[in-house]
Amino acid sequence: MPILTKEQAKALLTKVLSYSKAEQCEINLSGSDSGNVRYARNSVSTSGGISTNSLVVSSAFGKRLGVATINEFDDASLEKVVRRAEELAQLAPENPEFMPFLSQQQYGPDSPTFSEATAAMGAKERADAVQASLTQAKENKLAAAGFLSNSAGFSAMMNSKGLFAYNKSTDVAFNITVRTDDGKGSGYATKGYNDFKKLNTKTDTAIACKKALSSVTARAIEPGKYTVILEPTAVAVMLENLFFSMDARQADEGRSFMSKPGGKTKVGEQLLDERVNIYSDPWNAELPTSPWSGDGRAQNKVNWIEKGVVKNLYTSRYWAGKTGIKSIPSPDGAIMIGGTKSLEELIKGTEKGILVTRLWYIRSVDPQTLLLTGLTRDGTFYIENGEIKFPIKNFRFNESPIIMLNNLEEMGKSERTVSAESNVNYLLPPLKIKDFTFTSLSDAV
Amino acid sequence: MKRRDFIYLTGAGAAAAMLPAIPIFGHDISPERALEYVDPAAKKILSDIALNAARSKGATYTDVRVGRYLNQYVVTREDKVENIVNTESYGIGIRVIANGSWGFAATDKMDKDSIAKAAELAVSIAKENARLQSEPVQLAPQKGYGDVTWKAPIEKNAFEVPIKEKVDLLLSVNDAAMKGGADYINSILFMVNEQKYFASSEGSYIDQDIHRIWPTFFITKIDKTTGKFETRNALSAPSGKGFEYLDARPQDKIKTPSGTLYKGRYDMLEDAKQAAIQVGEKMKAKSVEPGKYDLVLDPSHLGLTIHESCGHPTELDRVLGYEANFAGTSFLTLDKWQSKKFQYGSKEVNITADKTEVGSLGAVGYDDEGVKCGKWDVIKEGVLVNYQAIRDQAHIVGLDHSQGCCYADNWSSVQFQRMANISLQPGKKPLSIADQIKNVAKGIYIVGEGSFSIDQQRYNFQFGGQLFYEIKEGKIIGMLKDVAYQANTQEFWNSCVAICDESDYRLGGTFFDGKGQPSQSSAVSHGSATTRFNNVNVINTARKI
Repeated sequence: MPILTKEQAKALLTKVLSYSKAEQCEINLSGSDSGNVRYARNSVSTSGGISTNSLVVSSAFGKRLGVATINEFDDASLEKVVRRAEELAQLAPENPEFMPFLSQQQYGPDSPTFSEATAAMGAKERADAVQASLTQAKENKLAAAGFLSNSAGFSAMMNSKGLFAYNKSTDVAFNITVRTDDGKGSGYATKGYNDFKKLNTKTDTAIACKKALSSVTARAIEPGKYTVILEPTAVAVMLENLFFSMDARQADEGRSFMSKPGGKTKVGEQLLDERVNIYSDPWNAELPTSPWSGDGRAQNKVNWIEKGVVKNLYTSRYWAGKTGIKSIPSPDGAIMIGGTKSLEELIKGTEKGILVTRLWYIRSVDPQTLLLTGLTRDGTFYIENGEIKFPIKNFRFNESPIIMLNNLEEMGKSERTVSAESNVNYLLPPLKIKDFTFTSLSDAV
Repeated sequence: MKRRDFIYLTGAGAAAAMLPAIPIFGHDISPERALEYVDPAAKKILSDIALNAARSKGATYTDVRVGRYLNQYVVTREDKVENIVNTESYGIGIRVIANGSWGFAATDKMDKDSIAKAAELAVSIAKENARLQSEPVQLAPQKGYGDVTWKAPIEKNAFEVPIKEKVDLLLSVNDAAMKGGADYINSILFMVNEQKYFASSEGSYIDQDIHRIWPTFFITKIDKTTGKFETRNALSAPSGKGFEYLDARPQDKIKTPSGTLYKGRYDMLEDAKQAAIQVGEKMKAKSVEPGKYDLVLDPSHLGLTIHESCGHPTELDRVLGYEANFAGTSFLTLDKWQSKKFQYGSKEVNITADKTEVGSLGAVGYDDEGVKCGKWDVIKEGVLVNYQAIRDQAHIVGLDHSQGCCYADNWSSVQFQRMANISLQPGKKPLSIADQIKNVAKGIYIVGEGSFSIDQQRYNFQFGGQLFYEIKEGKIIGMLKDVAYQANTQEFWNSCVAICDESDYRLGGTFFDGKGQPSQSSAVSHGSATTRFNNVNVINTARKI
């Protein structure tokens, strides 16, 4: 089944809904075509093409819910899946937290999440893009390992309360690690876009090559507290652990960094440096996301952190209803307002510090303080008197994004970046942070 | 499914944040339908369509996996059932070599035309990629086995157990924990059945039935006055068993300084009762003084350390650079293996790879490229002696056969090298847990898995745990908190001085070992007995925000 237009999706969903005999029925429909190429040792290793479609029917009687899914779209199959959802609902235990489906919501305009160029990508376009990357690595006499993937898909939903929503989107992701033959230097770059035309695998590979070549003969310096400049990719993996922890129920229940004694939360308190502003916006031209969430709620522009004060937490509809707070779904991306300086200018203004180009294997150590551990990787450099002086060996850190955003010295310009841990895209600036805590050295390159 | 989706699904929040990713579960189905096994004869017909189509388009090698992946999970919190889901994912994945290059395509449309079209797409992808190839793919020889079957030796198929029984078990576990003083509990039963059919152009038609189960819970206790909270997770091990894993017998229980721990089978209710008490003890525990300690590590903890610091660095694809862009490479480079004297660990350290251990997560008859599975030494008396390889890597280390380490987490995922069960062999001399502790002057006894992180070449790691006990002059004197240990892999394993005997050997493991791009999950077990490591660096993880 190809990507359905809004009208085609509406017609199909209307038909499925007509089979329903439940008190309430909601249907989610989605489909995607995707492809990928993986390479290493300057040669392709694995690659593939995958096509999937799915129709999910949720039927409810009172507080009993049944869900059934199918990937066949003839009339008999469509009716069968509705009947199965109804049978499961009759058998299910009552869920006291079940929420009635939403009536039609007011969504903003369509977001520019779809690109024809990305949707048209096939094995040839992928191979061409990989070839450009490999050529760049080979010219530098370096070994490349990379991954390029693209997908085009749509999602739509309709329910018996009159709600209908539709969105189609594309994405392309590219990441590359380049290593010297002696294994002493390594560099990395990662990019994600909706539009394949924005991707330049040659330029990105050149950046990784430069980092690989300049990271050889790394020196060991003592672990401890240092002023660091984190490139946006490194910022992403630290801050997303903050974003993922901004759930209202966890905060209210007392088991979050946002909790306070006596069942209170830190919403409205000055938690971070007052220059910290973080929001989400489905219509941001650089980071467009769907104007609705999977449960039918509208995604709007939300200020999560304003001048260092947490303004909003995301929540389930049930918890919002129970506590009377605003019902806000978790966003599909986050944006931090940056400064005006380039990364180079941040380095230039640093007397002594460490440039961290990537952080890796991030894990929570203590959810109460959001303490995280992980390591630097693929290019770490010592800065002195505004210049990169020499590459240094990798460190393990133990640091909390909350402490980090209180030790903020300066921010560069925000740019679109991808988390190498979650693959989520963000708009984030490079950050200069004082007293970032490195706890041990690593021999890894 | 990403970690954040799992957290959303379970509402387990902070407690679940330490869990890795969970794979996509597939389509929802009724519990009864999960018991309908697809006839191997039908799968053979579908496979032959793909094999013939690929050959006719120019493939020189083809393998086909017709997979039916079933999952059932029951999710509860306190006195509520949050979710009961049955899923099925059924489809075909076709891998080919054409013009010396790999190609892969997958479809869930199981009609003749769709399968032939997918085979054709796999060949065209291979041909397109061939221009980027520096040398043709070289496969280790593999004979065809004809029509063969393998079934996991389970006693009770979890998918045959009524949902009500599962719900009742979890709600009784939750009730016991809440009555014991917990403020919150999330409990989950994961059940997996992989029905895999493999066919190759070399004449194998292999039908396999694999079962896995993981009961787990996360308990939270909050001090309302200070706002501080502590958690205690279940000490179960994900297992390659059926529902009998939850019928613990007396011989499955081991009395330890940390209460009852489990060998072979698990008593979830008993563990929840212990957990509710221990989470309270954790709140009052002494914050650790950083410094050097001798560590006594329980198998419920050590499994993950083995996984990260031995399992991953001995994966040959990492050694060769195939994972350089994501999971990373390995410090166990080929020259260290070739030297035959690289001292990975002390003489006490014997580590094996084993794809056959009964009840383990990695046990199968044949891997996902049709190679019969076995057991081999990886570290012998501390020396690196072998890696874990698949067919297209075997020639690089001079092997004339694959070691059977190929796995794909779904029909729609391409198979590649994944970790075998990697286990530390027990000590040969009689040694109990009590003996281990008795011999330590200043140490920490650690039980259960906590936070874990390791670098991309597997040198530097940091591990937390669930329960930490201070040992002073051969005696446990109380509980500690805020503990994590940091070490270099080679130094750590060379500081291994004593391993308990076979009577203490237990399996730990993980359901969700993530690797590859796009990322895939695999399940793997790690056996060990309680083991002592001397003079390890311990840090204090307490912070103020």
